[in-house]
Amino acid sequence: MKQKEYTISILTEDKPGLLNKITIIFNRRKINIASLNVSTTEVAGVSRYTLVVSLTPEEVKKIVKQIRKVVDVLGSFYYQENEVYYREIALYKFSVDMYKNNKELEQLIRNHGAKVMAIEGDQVVIEKTGSKQETHELYDALQPFDLMEFVRSGRIALSKSKRRTEAFIRELETSNSNALSIKEF
Amino acid sequence: MNTSTLEIEEKKVNKTEIIPGAEAVLKCLVEEGVDTIFGYPGGAIMPVYDSLYSYADKLNHILSRHEQGAIHAAQGYARASGKVGVCFATSGPGATNLITGITDAMIDSTPLVCITGQVASHLLGSDAFQETDIIGISMPVTKWNFQVTGAEEIPEAIAQAFYIAKSGRPGPVLIDITKDAQQKTLDFSYAPCKRVRSYHPYPELKDEPLRAAAKLINEAKKPYILFGQGVILSGAEGELKNFIEKTGIPAASTLLGLSAFSTKHPLYVGYTGMHGNYGPNVKTNECDVFIAIGMRFDDRVTGDVNTYAAQAKVIHIELDPAEINKNIKVDVAINGDAKQALQALTQLVNQNSHEDWVEEFHECDRIEMEKAIKKSIDPEGAQITMAEVVHKLSVFTKGKSLIVTDVGQHQMMASRYYKFDEYKSHITSGGLGTMGFCLPAAIGAKIGAPERQVIGIVGDGGFQMTLQELGLIMQYEVGVKILILNNEFLGMVRQWQQLFFDRRYSFTKMQNPDFIKLAASYNIPALQISDRSKLEDGFRSWLEPEGPGLLEIIVEKEENVFPMVPSGSCVSKIRLE
Ligand SMILES: Cc1ncc(C[n+]2csc(CCOP(=O)(O)OP(=O)(O)O)c2C)c(N)n1
Repeated sequence: MKQKEYTISILTEDKPGLLNKITIIFNRRKINIASLNVSTTEVAGVSRYTLVVSLTPEEVKKIVKQIRKVVDVLGSFYYQENEVYYREIALYKFSVDMYKNNKELEQLIRNHGAKVMAIEGDQVVIEKTGSKQETHELYDALQPFDLMEFVRSGRIALSKSKRRTEAFIRELETSNSNALSIKEF
Repeated sequence: MNTSTLEIEEKKVNKTEIIPGAEAVLKCLVEEGVDTIFGYPGGAIMPVYDSLYSYADKLNHILSRHEQGAIHAAQGYARASGKVGVCFATSGPGATNLITGITDAMIDSTPLVCITGQVASHLLGSDAFQETDIIGISMPVTKWNFQVTGAEEIPEAIAQAFYIAKSGRPGPVLIDITKDAQQKTLDFSYAPCKRVRSYHPYPELKDEPLRAAAKLINEAKKPYILFGQGVILSGAEGELKNFIEKTGIPAASTLLGLSAFSTKHPLYVGYTGMHGNYGPNVKTNECDVFIAIGMRFDDRVTGDVNTYAAQAKVIHIELDPAEINKNIKVDVAINGDAKQALQALTQLVNQNSHEDWVEEFHECDRIEMEKAIKKSIDPEGAQITMAEVVHKLSVFTKGKSLIVTDVGQHQMMASRYYKFDEYKSHITSGGLGTMGFCLPAAIGAKIGAPERQVIGIVGDGGFQMTLQELGLIMQYEVGVKILILNNEFLGMVRQWQQLFFDRRYSFTKMQNPDFIKLAASYNIPALQISDRSKLEDGFRSWLEPEGPGLLEIIVEKEENVFPMVPSGSCVSKIRLE
């Protein structure tokens, strides 16, 4: 079966060691994690891990169930691209001279919906949020201007479902079923 | 730890008291009903051992001769008694020596709580003497693990450890406690863990799949049941029997399911897998409804997954949702405890019988008897065979003993030819296939089930992996019976070399010590037999006395285990000879 890009979103207790417990599940199966982000959520003590992986539909279902098995993982979900709102952020660094001497650079940045984040000393940092493709397009466009450094964040994503994290956690606390967070076999 | 994640039952009577962490560990164990610990001391766990000195009336500590021995003994104890096995080890090498046993317990779903000492918290990460990252190392092979660096965390960590180890699909848990946490004091009170909000060990049974399963079963012409260890773990032997008898469906066992259902029952049709019986393997690919109960479709059971029961509608009763649709695609998934699920399902199915279909299995039995079994248990050659020994032992003990096996040919012979007629009578290293498991596990099993006759069946190779544990039999007077089937080969590997590597016996021949003298040096009565006519008398003088005994039988060097499903091949392509 063909692989697709999935966003995996995991809600966990905020405990040390969990990052390791989650990543070894991928490692053991030789699955490459394309991006990973850990963040707090609107619920105190609950963290959200967001991963991007390329897998077949079969594989992603299995992996999500393996993740759900880890004690301290509260919920584990997977989404296709159209099921989430998602963003990445990229930073691009130039020398101030390059920036000042190339007027078209300013235009280019504006056209890509990017902005100048900082001008400090002899450095300029441009910031762009968007999809990986968008940040990459800007990267390609900026290459000729002696880009000093480039970095892109992991994906962050929110699902389009109406579920609230808090309600989900409350349900977990009162229910006896793990089927809650694993909708299908 | 975060108390908000646990629902803590308030301690009703006891007031709190100020005690060191080390003593708190022991108090927690006593609170959990533990009475036996298997372990080995060392620097980082010395405070706990020091406290243990004054707990000898409450906690029976068994000093193994190697930490691997301690953990296999704890596994045998847990599987024989149904209780959580408890193991102590020191940091560094003590902790790493536990890893094989922890891995074994993880894959065979055995509840264990392992407590390891760790260097003082200020030394963590400094490559201090005997410091090892046992939390990192054990992460993939534990159901849960946790490092305690403060004395006050101990009660909650241990409470959670026991709850997680024994609930749902059981498994090993490791708690690593720094030396300073053992030495500092805490205000002790204990409350057993009742709930962890992220962890839901018992899924609610759903009506819809139960009804769908019942419909398939009621309409089936050639239904077939394969049950596994899940039945034993959920204590569902009665429910399994009722279900089988009501539906009249022929039932086979996996390796770890053996003894969940009597082999003498008319609807028992044998055991499946690589060296399983002919009928259950072949009929897997002929049945119309396949009912898997508390088993996980291991590749040693399925062979080629693409052809496995491909013609059948598959119903899978399984507690662990991650096992459903993992190896074999199922048509109806019943996610729940085997006991509950079988109770509910038995209500919904019709009383039935499938005599012609069951007769097809018996026909297979006759073929297997003719082509494979007869020459194994009643050999023409002068040498005793392993199959013959197990067959005769089974008759001698009436299938009532608790059999613990190691890994190799003797293990497969034991599972094929011991006719289990007593519930929960088979302990082996199934998923991991750990040589060296038998001797310590048999010792642990005898300690866990002193009323049973416990017989460890082991090869000359596997025996030498953990033979130092004979010291336990001597020191603690453990009345376990050991049977060494000596073929002077790493037999199972030799068999593969013969069948698949052109008889190139590369490093599988073994020169062995005198096992009888070895046993004598541990004060264990021992006897060697190489003559068929002496077998029965040998069994008698070995098994009849109360205490321990070792019997070595010199067996045919190049005996093979048949039938055999070659690794990864279709189960109906099973070779009979
Ligand atoms: C720790 C470990 N190392 C290696 C193996 C591979 N192995 C499987 S069976 C076997 C031979 C076992 O020989 P023996 O204990 O004499 O038993 P037999 O097969 O002769 O009955 C070996 C080496 C294993 N299962 N476990």
